[in-house]
This record gives sequence, structure tokens and C-alpha cells, in this order.
Amino acid sequence: MHPILKLVLQRLALGCLLLVAASALIFAGTMILPGDVAQSILGQSATPQALANLRAELGLDVPPVQRYFDWLGGVLHGDLGTSLTNRLDIADTMGKRLGNTLFLAFWAAIISVPLAIFLGLLAVRYEGRWPDKLISGVTLASISIPEFLIGYVLIYFIAVKLRLFTTVAMINDGMSLGEKLNAIALPVIVLTLVVLAHMMRMTRAAILNVMQSAYIETAELKGLSSFKVIARHAFPNAIAPIVNVVMLNLAYLVVGVVVVEVVFVYPGMGQYLVDHVAKRDVPVVQACGLVFAAVYICLNMIADIVSILSNPRLRHPK
Amino acid sequence: MMRMPVSAMIGLFFTALYFLAAIFAPVIAPYGMAEVVGGVWEPMGPEHWLGTDSIGRDLLTRMIYGGRTTIFIATAATILSFTTGSILGFLAATIGGWVDQALSRFVDLVMAIPSLIFALVVLSVMPVTITVLILVMGLLDATRVYRLARAVAVDITVMDYVEAARLRGEGRLWVIFREILPNALSPLVAEMGLRFIFMVLFVSTLSFLGLGVQPPAADWGGIVKENKEGIVYGIPAALVPAFAIATLAISVNLVADWVLNRTTSLKGGR
Amino acid sequence: MGNMLLDVRGLQIGATIHPPGEKSRDIEIVKGVSFTLEKGRVLGLIGESGAGKSTIGLSSMAYGRGGVRITGGEVHVNGRDILKLSPRGLRAVRGAEVTYVAQSAAAAFNPAKKLMEQVTEAAVHHGRCSREEAEKRAVVLFKKLGLPNPETFGNRYPHQVSGGQLQRAMTAMALCPEPDLVVFDEPTTALDVTTQIDVLAAIKDAIRDTGVAALYITHDLAVVAQVSDEIMVLRHGEMVEHGETDQIINRPAKEYTKALVSVRSIEHQEKKPAAPVLTVNGITARYRGTNFDVLSDVNVSLAPGQTLAIVGESGSGKSTLARVITGLLPPSAGKIDFAGRTLSPTLAGRSRDDLRELQMIYQMADVAMNPRQTVGTIIGRPLEFYFGLKGEAKRRRIQELLDQIEMGAGFIDRYPAELSGGQKQRVCIARALAAKPKLIICDEVTSALDPLVADGILKLLLDLQKAEDVAYLFITHDLATVKAIADSIAVMFKGRVVRYGTKTEVLTPPFDDYTDLLLGSVPEMRLGWLEDVLSSRRMESAGN
Repeated sequence: MHPILKLVLQRLALGCLLLVAASALIFAGTMILPGDVAQSILGQSATPQALANLRAELGLDVPPVQRYFDWLGGVLHGDLGTSLTNRLDIADTMGKRLGNTLFLAFWAAIISVPLAIFLGLLAVRYEGRWPDKLISGVTLASISIPEFLIGYVLIYFIAVKLRLFTTVAMINDGMSLGEKLNAIALPVIVLTLVVLAHMMRMTRAAILNVMQSAYIETAELKGLSSFKVIARHAFPNAIAPIVNVVMLNLAYLVVGVVVVEVVFVYPGMGQYLVDHVAKRDVPVVQACGLVFAAVYICLNMIADIVSILSNPRLRHPK
Repeated sequence: MMRMPVSAMIGLFFTALYFLAAIFAPVIAPYGMAEVVGGVWEPMGPEHWLGTDSIGRDLLTRMIYGGRTTIFIATAATILSFTTGSILGFLAATIGGWVDQALSRFVDLVMAIPSLIFALVVLSVMPVTITVLILVMGLLDATRVYRLARAVAVDITVMDYVEAARLRGEGRLWVIFREILPNALSPLVAEMGLRFIFMVLFVSTLSFLGLGVQPPAADWGGIVKENKEGIVYGIPAALVPAFAIATLAISVNLVADWVLNRTTSLKGGR
Repeated sequence: MGNMLLDVRGLQIGATIHPPGEKSRDIEIVKGVSFTLEKGRVLGLIGESGAGKSTIGLSSMAYGRGGVRITGGEVHVNGRDILKLSPRGLRAVRGAEVTYVAQSAAAAFNPAKKLMEQVTEAAVHHGRCSREEAEKRAVVLFKKLGLPNPETFGNRYPHQVSGGQLQRAMTAMALCPEPDLVVFDEPTTALDVTTQIDVLAAIKDAIRDTGVAALYITHDLAVVAQVSDEIMVLRHGEMVEHGETDQIINRPAKEYTKALVSVRSIEHQEKKPAAPVLTVNGITARYRGTNFDVLSDVNVSLAPGQTLAIVGESGSGKSTLARVITGLLPPSAGKIDFAGRTLSPTLAGRSRDDLRELQMIYQMADVAMNPRQTVGTIIGRPLEFYFGLKGEAKRRRIQELLDQIEMGAGFIDRYPAELSGGQKQRVCIARALAAKPKLIICDEVTSALDPLVADGILKLLLDLQKAEDVAYLFITHDLATVKAIADSIAVMFKGRVVRYGTKTEVLTPPFDDYTDLLLGSVPEMRLGWLEDVLSSRRMESAGN
């Protein structure tokens, strides 16, 4: 077998293992309470009858390990269980919301990725001069600002004062793509700003790292033009770190989406998760946590696989 | 002694201001923490410098007490995450072998799940008290400190001067405290600033989502939540705590940058 | 002037340095250097680190590395001042009229592209020939430089060939556009000594066959003596002496040059064999997780107050032997007797006296001392740890040790970062001496130092040996050092001792093939040495 194939398969296997382990950790996370989960969910005033019913429903009479495998088995068959609060099938409810969240994240990615790479290149081109300093100053600031502040500032100034776009981002099936995009304009801007800083900074570092290699000096001493130096020598080596940066930040986007959805009352996964944490609806929380973790783990795995595939040492073994 | 750059001075000023306000909150707050003193969302004025909040409490008072809560939780969680993370990281690096493997793989696993998501999962069954918040945030974040501390310590343990100490017959404590720690300090101190900022953002986010500090007590994130409805009517009350969070975070960042610069330029710095 | 290829007048080069946390400041690297070079001649630029030799070399392409910039003077290439050229005009010079061979070819090749593409790139880019012609020329050069399978060599990626081969490929890359001048920047420094000689010979042949002119930059006078027509000696950015190679080597005019030429002329009388303090019996060792022995059946011994040199190239297992003796790597077979007792194979099993009597000095003094401890703490710790010395008694003893290593009173409160390279190594020696050891293991202790500084350290070690009656296990790849200080020698090759005995025995023919290759590969400071050696060699070096 080609060694690179072996490495990729190894990484895939590790990803799967990590997923299973993460599911166990999430399951365990809802078990670490020293006392009784049912009591904690229903509160001190619950009747013994209600407690008993809830225990039976959560399967608390079964040993935890067996409960975990029952749950995992269900998940593998597409059965995420039923919500405690509204008795609806979780997989059904979640399907639509996951779609909405991905819709939001997709547009944020479409805007932020090219923009971040462009600004990162700009910062490298003017390294140490004012465009670079401006970019790194803004980056420092935006890393320190909570997502909801960006959200509310935009709502306050753009939606309320200027009356552009709407303060809440409601979308439904009846809307056309244009209407939907108008509705999600503000949350997309917020998400873009949130990931832009990280992505740009990491892109800048990745390109600078390549530009400082000795082989770039060799190319310059061959008398090549700066364009040729970048296109022929820097770019092929910079793709992998940049793709890596992009993937890691898309993973970051997945988390940023939770807060942004709450700010804009957007009917997506984040809102769904937060609502049900407050209601202590454990099966929904477990299912949402698992989905978020799975997306996060997959993106990280793709980042790793891209760097394996683009490494010339692995692609052309001795 | 070198001169302090302006940015660090600004950072230090605001950091000190916020910490002092937090410590002396009961002395300087003009009203009681949960006292209703006026109408709903009164504008800024001499009576109430920052106006009143969604149920007529003085916003400045709420801000001062909220800052106290935010800073207390963030500080406690940072200390917890730092002590746990760096002690385990140093141990893993110096002991090596299966201890290192077990700890590192577990940390990989925890870090494979976004901390906010994992915190939400845990908080869905836990009673939301300040102690629980500190524990959950501190321990989740300890994984990051662990990685950094271990990486730094591993870099140092392969240095010949550590080998020289081991060949001399020095004990593990001497190696950790006299050879590794002094050299690991500056990256760790800089990281401490970043971790503190992360904690401020983390607890604010949780409270904003309604899963952090519970009313009537409030931290800055909670105050944003209480007043967010006003935004739609053009009332900026919710922006005040949000700006406070941002300025605190930026200030600490500036100070951390300066500390890092200073410590690395000390005599014998690397 | 018609023949003048390179004419450098009053060259001044400066840089802005940014020490962390301090104000940036400008420093002068080259302070007004002038020289000329005719077509087809080879000029050697020689000096210690910080002499500005690489910087001068790169200035012939009007290039400053990092923050370095040319602040004054003129650099004429083929009759025009390249410092006044537009960026476009300058690019037409670089890679066409003047080309460059870097010290580390491994880093200087783009890892993502095949060698052929990179070797021919400059020639094709500057329109000197078509791609086909360039490739043909490259194959010819590969053949000339002794690369294996020259027809297909170019299809490989940089990581697929060895370091010595890459260095030759880099030479081919520099020669492919048929330049007028090639700048060789320490091209053989990173190579093993037996590989160096082959690359050196290949470079020399290629220069002679193509008739190209060259600037050959190195810190090793013996190397430059083999390839250059004339030599310029530099120190602290200024020229010391410039003359024909023969004159510089055989009749140096300046004191500094004389010192450089006579380096390693330490005379050391070999001592009589005696009952050993250290005996290594049949040591075999391997690293965990590997399936081959790094050391197999090593037997050597060392008498009190004497020096055993362990010689070999990288990968020969000589440093591993030190790790086994110190207890850092328990052997899989064999035992070590030291001072009349058998040492425990592991560090944990050794007594405090075992540890005290067996000290170690490292190659990189920089990382052998904790940067956060003062010289006083570094030397004082063993005194406190082994002898319980405190306060005034400790301070007095530290001062005695500092006097022994010829450093004054002012050093006790300094940090390692404030010391020069030679001073750092002296402090490390004092730390080892503080323990009153019977044996000190010296692991390449002079390799990282400039020749003159290294000489001082060797003299100090010999003096201390006389005074303290301490034995040295001296690990090195540098045979000149060995000849200077050893009483007995063990030559190691692929984990085995291939030759072992007193210095006279080991260095007297007949040799085994490997010892012959190794001894023959050490550059000697005389003209024509390279040719003599190559004509009488029996074994091919491994690094090709």
C-alpha cells in the first residue's frame, strides 16, 4: 500500500475512534452529577410519582454503561431519541434546524474565507508597515470582543438606527433565496467578523513562515520576479497550511454560531441546544452536543488529511 | 529599567480600574445591587450616570456589582485552570511514559469537543451555581494550559542543562522548580493573560445564554441579557456591559503583551 | 580593467537589530572592504563567525539577508555598479551573471518541486537557453559532479537524495546558467568529513572545467587552501590580509593570519598505558522502539589522568556511548567498571559518588547552562550538592574555580547570555571540575567554537588534566583535535570500534580501510593535499 494512503486511513480511523470517545464523554458529561439526575431536572418540589416516571423514561434503572450502548446503537441507526419536553422525535426536529445552521455557516464561510486570505496576503505584502499594523490591531481587538457585542452593535446601529435589514433573522420554507439572504445578512456579517480575525492572523503567519524559508531566498537569488517567486515557490508550499487554517476556523465557526443564533433568534441548532439546556431536556442536549462535536471533529480531521496529502515528503517517499 | 509603552499604560490603567471597582464594589456603588430606584430604561443623566435597566435598577450599580462577579469568576477559574493545567503538564513532561500518554490522550479527547458545547452539556444536569461554573470552566480550560505547559516543559527537558541536573543526581522537585519553571514562566505568564480574557468571554457568554450567573445576581453577560430587548427600541443599555467586557479583555491583552516583552528581555532571557 | 569581473570598493554593510524589549539600533557588519576578482579566478573569503564573510559574498548579488543592507561603497560586476541598478536590472544579474550555493542545500531547495525543474529554472528564466538545452546541460553537470544515475537524478525530489548529493545538485544549479561568478557560502560545512572531501573535489573540478570565477566562503582555512587561487582574511568586518593562497598559507604577514594558520599545533606527549579507571566491557545498546543496535560489543578502557578520544562521523554511535556510560541509556549487554566498582546500568541505581566522579561537558555550552542562573549558581550548585559548601566557603571555592579557568572575579554574578562562546564553555568546565571528578566526558566540546577559541579551550583542558589528574573521554569527529590531545584513540564506525590503541598505534600505518578514509579526509593546511589524498584512496565514503 502507498504509505500516504496508509496515513490517511490511519487518520480516518483515529477520527472515528475520537467520535466514539467523544460520544462517551458527552454521555458521561450528563452523568457526572453526584446526586439524582431526575431530581435535578424536576427540582426539589417534584412528586415521587413524577420522579419515578422520569427515571424510567431516562432509563436510570439500567446500568450507565448499558444505557450508553443503547443510546449509541440508536444514534447509529439514526434514532436520536425523543425530547422530554415536547415528546417530539429529536432527529425530525433537528433535521430542519441543522439545515438552517449550515445555511448560515455556509454563507459566512463563502464571505470570510476569501476575504481572510486576501487580507492575510495583504498583511504579508506590507509586513511591518501600516496596513499590516492596522490589520493586526483590528485582529487583537476583535479577538477580545464577545460575539454578542458585535451582534448588538450591528443591530443597534444598522438595523435600528439606519433601518437596514431586520433585527431578528427568521427564515422559513416559503421565502425565496433573496428574502432568506436579506434575513440572515446581519448574522452572517457577525459570524464573518468573528472568524475573520483568527483566520487572517493564522493565514498571515502561515504565509510568512513559507516566505522566510531558505528556498524563497534561493528563488530570489535566481533573479525571478516577485510574482514568479510567489506563484512557483511560495504558493505550492503555502496551500496546505492555508487549507489547514481555513478548516480550523470553520470548526470555530460552528461554535460561534450558537451565540449568534441566540442574538438573532435564528431557528437553528444553537438556539435549539441553548433552549433545551435551560429546560434540562437531557436527550436533546446529548444529541445536539454529539452533532456539534461530530462536525468539529470532522473538520479537524479534514484539515489533518489535507496536510498529509500535500506533504511532498509523504507523496513521494524515498 | 525601560520605559513603559503607552499601550501598556492604557491597558494597566483600565485593568486596575476594573479590578479596584470589583474589590470595592459595595463602597463605591451608588445604590443597592437589586434596588429598584427609577423607571424602566431611564436615559443617562446626573441621577443615574448610565441610566436604569429593564426593571428600573441603577445601571451603574449593576455594572459595578456585575464586574465584581465577572472578574471574581474569571479570576478563580483562571487560577484553577492554571494550577491544574501547569502542574499536570509539567508532571507529564518530566515523568513521560504512560502517565504522559494517558493524560495527553485524555486532553486530546476533551479538546476534540468545543468547550462551549461541552460546558452546555454538563450544565444541563448540574445546578448552576458560581462554584459549579468556576469548576466547569476552570477544568475545561485546564486542557489548553496543560498542552502549553507540557510543550514548553518538553522543550526545556531536552536541554542539556536539565540533563546535567539529572546527571548530578538532582531530585524531580529541583528539576521542576529550579531548572524548568524559571524558563517556562514567561510563555506561561503571557498565556495567563489570554486565559483570563477567555474566561471573561466564556462566563459572559454563558450568562448571556441564561446558563451562567442566575438572577437577581448578575455579571456583565447577564446584564446584556436582561437589557437586550431594549436594543430594538433604540435603548443602548445592553451595549454598556458588552463594551465593558471588550475593554477589560483588550486591556488585559495589552498588559500581557507588555509583560511577555519585558520578561523575555530580562538578563538571561531566551 | 577588461578582465575585471568583480570590483568591490569601500563596501559598507549595516543592519538594524531588534533585541526584544530594547530600542532597535543600527550596527555595522562590514566596515569598508575593497577587493577585485578577475575572470576565472577563485577567491577564498575566510574568517571567524561575525567576520562578515557571508554578507560580503551576498553583496556581490546586491542582496542583504534579513535586515541587512548595503550602506556604502560600490560593487561592480562586469563593469557596472550593481548597487545602482533598478530592481529589474538587478534581477537580470542574479541567477544569470552571478549565482549562489548555500550552506544548507537541504533548506535551499523547494521541497515541492523536482530537482531538474529547480536546477534549470534560472537558465530558462533568463533566456540563456531552451528548457531542453538546460536539461541536457544539467545532466552533463550531474555527471561531472559525480552524482549517481545522472540521466534520471533530476526526476527526484530534494528529500529523496542525501545531503552530500544535494550540495552537489546545488552546485549544478549554480553552474547551469553558465554564470561568470559563483558564490559558494560554506558549501561543505554541514557535511561529514568523509563526504566533505568528495563534494570539495567535485566543486573544484567543476570550477576548473567551466572556467567560472568563484567567491569561496568558509571558516576553515585548510578547506579554502585546496580550492582558491587567492585568499582574503576577514575579522570583525574588516580585511586583515589579502594575497595569493601560497603566500597566505606559507608566509602569512599578519599576526592574526599566523594564528589561524598555526591553529591546532598543540604538542602533547603521549602518556604510558596504566591500570584503567574506566573499563567498558562488551557494551551493546539500542534505543527503545528501534530494531537495530546503535552500539555493538564496544570494549575500551581509560587510565587515570589520561585522554581517550572516541572518533567517528555522525551516526557512528560515539555520543550514544557517552549516554550509556553516564547511565542515561541502559545497555542491553555488557558492563562498565569505574574506579574499582561496577556501575549500575541505570542512572537511578547509581550512588552520589558515582555521579560526582563522572562529569560531563557538552558541545553547545549555550544550552548546557540554565539561562536563568548566574555563573555563581551554576558552578556553586555541585559544591553545595556534593560537598555541602555554603556561604563564604562556597564563594571562595567558586572564585578558585573561576581562577582555574582563567576568568576573573567579575563573572560570578553574570548570566550565561552575557558571556562569549569560549567563556561559556569555560564555565561548563568549571562546573564539571567543581565535583572533583575522576573522569570527564567531553562531547564535541570544541566543535561549535571558532578555531582560535577552540585552541584555547583545548590548552586549558590539558593544563587542568595535569593539575587535577582527571581522565577525559573525548568524543569528537575532528581528527586534528584528537592528534592534539589524545593518549589513546578508538575509531568508531556504524556502532563498532574498528581500531583502538595508543595514539601512536592508531595513527601509524597500516590502516584498515575506514581509518584510512577518515584520516585521509581531514583537510590539511597545505596546497595540493586534496589531489594527493584522492589519488591514494581505497574506500568510498558513505555519505554519497
